[in-house]
Amino acid sequence: MTEITCQLVVIGGGPGGYVCAIRAGQLGLDTVLVERGKLGGSCLNVGCIPSKAMIYVAEEFEKLTEAAHGKTPFGLTAAAPALDFKQAIAWKDGIVHRLNNGVAALLRKAKVKIVQGHGRFLDGKTIVVETETGPKTIKAETVVIATGSAPIELPSLPFGGRVISSTDALSLAEVPKSLVVVGGGYIGLELGTAFAKLGSKVSVVEAQDNILPLYDAELTAPITRRLSGLGVEVLTGARALGLTAQGDGLRVETADGQERSLTADKILVTVGRAPVTAALGLEQLVLDMEGRFIRIGQHCETSMRGIYAIGDVTGEPMLAHRAMAQGEMVAEIAAGMPRAWDKRCIPAICFTDPEIVSAGLSPDEAREAGINTKVGQFPFAANGRAMTRHGETGFVRVVARADNQQVIGIQAIGQGVSELSAAFGLAIEMGAVLQDIAGTIHAHPTLGEAVQEAALKALGHAIHV
Amino acid sequence: MGERSVKLPDIGEGIAEAELVEWHVKEGDLVREDDLLATVMTDKASVEIPSPLAGEVSWIGAKIGEAVAIGSTLVKLKVAGGDDAEPEDKAPTDNAAVPSAVTKAQTADIGPTPPARVRPAAIEARPATTSAARRAPGEKPTASPAIRLKAQEAGIDLRQVHGTGPAGRITHEDIDAFLSRGPAPLHGRGMSPKTAVTDVKVVGLRRRIAEKMALSKSRIPHITIIEEVNVSPLEDFRASLNRKPTPELPKLTLLPFLMRAMVKALAEQPALNALYDDEAGIVHQHAGIHIGIATQTPSGLVVPVVKHVEARDLRDCSVELNRLAQRARDGTATREELTGSTITITSLGALGGLATTPVINHPEVAIVGVNKIAVRPLWDGAQFVPCKMMNLSSSFDHRVVDGWDAAVFVQRLKELLENPATIFVDP
Repeated sequence: MTEITCQLVVIGGGPGGYVCAIRAGQLGLDTVLVERGKLGGSCLNVGCIPSKAMIYVAEEFEKLTEAAHGKTPFGLTAAAPALDFKQAIAWKDGIVHRLNNGVAALLRKAKVKIVQGHGRFLDGKTIVVETETGPKTIKAETVVIATGSAPIELPSLPFGGRVISSTDALSLAEVPKSLVVVGGGYIGLELGTAFAKLGSKVSVVEAQDNILPLYDAELTAPITRRLSGLGVEVLTGARALGLTAQGDGLRVETADGQERSLTADKILVTVGRAPVTAALGLEQLVLDMEGRFIRIGQHCETSMRGIYAIGDVTGEPMLAHRAMAQGEMVAEIAAGMPRAWDKRCIPAICFTDPEIVSAGLSPDEAREAGINTKVGQFPFAANGRAMTRHGETGFVRVVARADNQQVIGIQAIGQGVSELSAAFGLAIEMGAVLQDIAGTIHAHPTLGEAVQEAALKALGHAIHV
Repeated sequence: MGERSVKLPDIGEGIAEAELVEWHVKEGDLVREDDLLATVMTDKASVEIPSPLAGEVSWIGAKIGEAVAIGSTLVKLKVAGGDDAEPEDKAPTDNAAVPSAVTKAQTADIGPTPPARVRPAAIEARPATTSAARRAPGEKPTASPAIRLKAQEAGIDLRQVHGTGPAGRITHEDIDAFLSRGPAPLHGRGMSPKTAVTDVKVVGLRRRIAEKMALSKSRIPHITIIEEVNVSPLEDFRASLNRKPTPELPKLTLLPFLMRAMVKALAEQPALNALYDDEAGIVHQHAGIHIGIATQTPSGLVVPVVKHVEARDLRDCSVELNRLAQRARDGTATREELTGSTITITSLGALGGLATTPVINHPEVAIVGVNKIAVRPLWDGAQFVPCKMMNLSSSFDHRVVDGWDAAVFVQRLKELLENPATIFVDP
């Protein structure tokens, strides 16, 4: 057995782990990254990136379909489009592959040693990695657990056959004729929408009374309308019972208590993600847990000295950018810098149609927190750029404290609003007040003007409504 | 707009210079005629220097603790009207117009042409008037990521930093101010740790006290004896004397009795009424008993001296003591009244504590400390009786006073004070 001694070992090469390793390398720490699969984790390989690629393909396809049906108001018509789905998947895989290599190159540049294989704890300072060439022991002063999360399986619908996870959905051989999505959260709706645009007959089964239960009705209403426009059937308050007797569909108990069968070539289960903590040897450490997640403090420290945890394995929100920020912070802590988690907001985006962005508190959340608010909302119907790109749906909403105008939340729904998230996050992190946003010149004509107008609206003097 | 110099006037006493002990103004301040500019200190007393005219302080001459020569420029004032010439005799004629001009300027902020010279005052006021929303308990401070990082690097808890930006946002300036000044008061919170350090220059009287104390404690090996005295009879006697209305005389305190008792005891032990010149190796035993009375004044400890106590009766001691204490507190005591003691009494009255370790007034060899009077039980041989008890804590220079002699002196004082009639009987 070979043995490596280093200052920092990171278990898991996802967005949290690889960022942590690169930053540690930059800071001159002798760093080892352990990864059992491909670099980039769920995000790069089976999550954020490939899903965005497929969503883009679906959007382009849908536009052409619309043109083929002569539905565009600007007189564009086209022949019925054809999609080589295999090539689309290959294009997506190519992007993923390039990014895999990119991450590897960045790690090399930062002089991080990559050990390929499954790692588990022997004790708090020792990791054993089962590599292709046999077990390797790594002894490190600091260990970072960044093992991420994996799709949750329903006991009544185990993965396999027609029942697929989000990972499988990104590598199908062909567009399914019919698709039932179990779970109306953002993952299910992003993929469901994409397949609907690609021609699948899509149904969504959501146990709660609303799709995207984490967002308020104002934000989700345009999504519901759009899904209906795409012919997607949404069953809320419905429960997936299991496969039909013939195995060709899903039995569902609807909101009114009736049982229904939904025919489905594929049944996509997106009911959440669970942390990957099994087979990690955590029983050797007896770390404090918080439910299934590893409990961390404000330095991402676990209950054991010298062991940190970052990313999905530490709980909600399970977002790549949160993991990255945690990874960077932990690397700096390991290098002896005084750091603590002090982020004000972690923006969240649904790449649905239209897109939703939420940063900070919604009006409802602010109310629950006992904060008196001023809310300003500006519709894209009054925004020139939104009109000229044929995307008038949606709005920008700014939430500020009533007593001092400090911006505590910004939400938006609309085509392409995901790119506004940078401005939202910056405003909240900087502690902007409404006047700061209102007083910043926003270039014309852009969607961003709606942000300025929403701030002006909250101040009581919007110009364009 | 002209500039005038204000010079340190001749403050009498034939001195050539005075030590600057306090500034009452700083550069940029607006002053009116007769506003205090500075306090200087001579050997004897502190003197406050008022402004002879109104204007804006544009220059300040000396630092605290520095000696300023009589006739040198203390401050320069920008005054309305006039020119830069400095005809001293012209100032009085200008004076009448100046105060009203300044008053007008101060209120002219919203007028069309706010004079430039009121700006300093306006800037001064700004931090105080910025209304930042106060943070509720548990609320995160508002600060940009760069500021938060700066705070983490500097080990600052941002919750303790007062934000002056919009919505109480903490700015780079706030952090810098916090680093240089320490935490600003937090409002809306019950308690907050304070890390500010205030530097107080030890100058003037305080420096003199410091030097004197250091000299006494470093040169003199002290021996301190604490003895309790039953002052019930003395207190009864004193009360009966005070009961007689004597409007022209101050009420008798305990000190004149002690002073007279000391005269008696010192007659038997002249070695304690002495000044020890340790460099020459000579103890000067004085026939005259000059008792220094340690007195707290607003500016610090001073020791006026009741001269020739051996030639004063009880009332005389009382009157003189009163007069000197008053002059010491007023700061009008003369040099003669503050020097020449041969032995000292220190008394904190009701604050006197149970026991003290008095510091000998160098180059004397003994000091008598008076502790507070309290009713305590005393065993009279058959029972406990409540008595007014007082401790005497007395220190002696052990180089020239043996413990035995010190004890004899203390026992003699106790005997005299417990039997007050004997104070007044010879032998």
